Amino acid sequence: MTVIPTKPPTRRTSAGGWDNFQRRYAPYIFISPFFVLFLIFGLFPIIFNAYLAFHQWTPGTGLGEMKFVGFRNFADNWTDPTFWQSLRNTAALAVESGLPQHLIAIPLAFAIHTGLKKAQHLITAVYFLPYITSVVAISVIFFTLLSWQYGVINAILGALHQLPLIGGLFPGEKVNWLGEKSLVQPSIAAVIVWRYVGWNMLLYLSGLQAIPGELYEAAAIDGATKSQQLRYITLPLLRPTIFLAVTLSLIGGFQLFEEPFILTNGTGGTSGAGLTTIMYMLRTYVSYTEAGLAAAMAWMLFVVIGILTVVNNLLFGRSGLAGNEGRR
Amino acid sequence: MTSAPAPKPLSKAARPAAGISGRAPLSRLGAIALLAFGGLLTLLPFYFMFIFATHPRQEIFSIPPPVWFGDHLGANYDSLLSRIPFWRNLWNSLYLSVLTTGTTLFFCSLGGFAFAMYDFKGKNFLFGSLLTTLLIPSSLNIVPYALIMQALGWIDTPRALWIPGMASAFGIFLMRQYIGSAIPKELVEAARIDGASEFTTYRKVIVPLTGPAMATLGLVTFVQSWNNFLGPLIIFRSAETYTAPLALRTLQSIANTDWGALMCGVVLTVIPLLIIFAFASKRLIEGLTAGAVKG
Repeated sequence: MTVIPTKPPTRRTSAGGWDNFQRRYAPYIFISPFFVLFLIFGLFPIIFNAYLAFHQWTPGTGLGEMKFVGFRNFADNWTDPTFWQSLRNTAALAVESGLPQHLIAIPLAFAIHTGLKKAQHLITAVYFLPYITSVVAISVIFFTLLSWQYGVINAILGALHQLPLIGGLFPGEKVNWLGEKSLVQPSIAAVIVWRYVGWNMLLYLSGLQAIPGELYEAAAIDGATKSQQLRYITLPLLRPTIFLAVTLSLIGGFQLFEEPFILTNGTGGTSGAGLTTIMYMLRTYVSYTEAGLAAAMAWMLFVVIGILTVVNNLLFGRSGLAGNEGRR
Repeated sequence: MTSAPAPKPLSKAARPAAGISGRAPLSRLGAIALLAFGGLLTLLPFYFMFIFATHPRQEIFSIPPPVWFGDHLGANYDSLLSRIPFWRNLWNSLYLSVLTTGTTLFFCSLGGFAFAMYDFKGKNFLFGSLLTTLLIPSSLNIVPYALIMQALGWIDTPRALWIPGMASAFGIFLMRQYIGSAIPKELVEAARIDGASEFTTYRKVIVPLTGPAMATLGLVTFVQSWNNFLGPLIIFRSAETYTAPLALRTLQSIANTDWGALMCGVVLTVIPLLIIFAFASKRLIEGLTAGAVKG
């Protein structure tokens, strides 16, 4: 967590006309591609989105057809029950997928850190595999595994149900994972957990490894037990990592789109239980051709994410991402 | 993998357990068990992906489900090719990923070089705004992006994806960090004294020395571009222009999905990444998590 050194003093030897010129403007030219692209494809769309949010417009009818409607798009979304449902779904999915991710990833990181540093690379590679696999591939695989009558997961659960003693813990009847309204969200969440556990595990592992070993030695000399070390050294020093990981899960979770979109075949699932806000926004734009409503929806989601980030910052953070920035 | 090594860790763990410090090896054994169980759950879906690719639809959905390879791989492959122009789609993915990766490497190393090695007016402000762009949620961009591409007439063309993706804030940041820490400023100064222009300095001094960072950024960009779904979903409209993930999804939405053929396509799409991962997992993981830690 050091500060990046930015300005080591350098003395510049002055040379003649062209040489001086190209030397002076070279850095601006070198960084300009990014900024030009950002202005066109990053900043302009956002400003356009803000403009759009106050207009009613059907895409394809020409810019002249845009009609200023004030805050009506926001009001319409505000009174749209499906919008609220999508927001509730998104929040529920963020919690159902976010919490287990961290509760599983932290012990796994501890397990590697305490006992298996030598095999660390192999283990992280295995756990990381889902993260580099395309969502389409993952969703197709899980779609078959979670299938109702003939899916592998139900077959395994059925076999476990036959076991003596612990058999009662597993369902005897086939579970309609992606069809039952109350199960759509947990099923999607489970796939997301499966995909991101390795990634979070790695974040926590690097957080654990950044804690200097001398701290534990000193604590051990002072007679601190293992659990005291965990309580007074590991957890406090791991806090920035936890904050970072939770922030990223939060921002990513509230913009969830691909997994529920593919797992529910783009429909949002039984009675829309898997419809997230981004999915609904895209549907508003593509199927209902209401660009203004969709733009307003994006800003409303942005405000929700903003509020949650601030709350998270107040609860767990110190100075936010900046605290982690210099690590390398 | 014979059965011989199996009892070994057990006896190893049992010995100290009876001795002085019994707790450490036991917790180590617990750690191994936990990680092995989790690893199994992680790999199992991949295993079934390969298995299902070799079975016809009715066998995939039978009781009990197949757990070993079948003999239907060739038929699945033929069926796949009869449904979608799969190799064309795979080529589209490759074309897009290679172009995005190449341009990203060039522009990001150039930008990183400028931020790492020069002092210029507004540098801190510009770098700060570059980092700020990382915090903008991408969801704000989706609708206007689609509209802009429509206005430009870029719908259904790959440039709608690779041109906006030519330079990334993350890439410039990664490059700047690496160049700043790995290349001494004196080298750049020496090149200047030898009369090299700034771009020649970049080409002859910086590029040859940034191999590891280039590899990391290249891998990350390639993988992300290869797996991109939302962008192509908005842009591409026809079976000929679809990237592989999009084309596979159209297979899934047909009422009578040929799951064997679909799985075969999934396997063929995943394999290139598995190969990359087998050779460069360390670097790739580093780069992808750096994106988060820095992001």
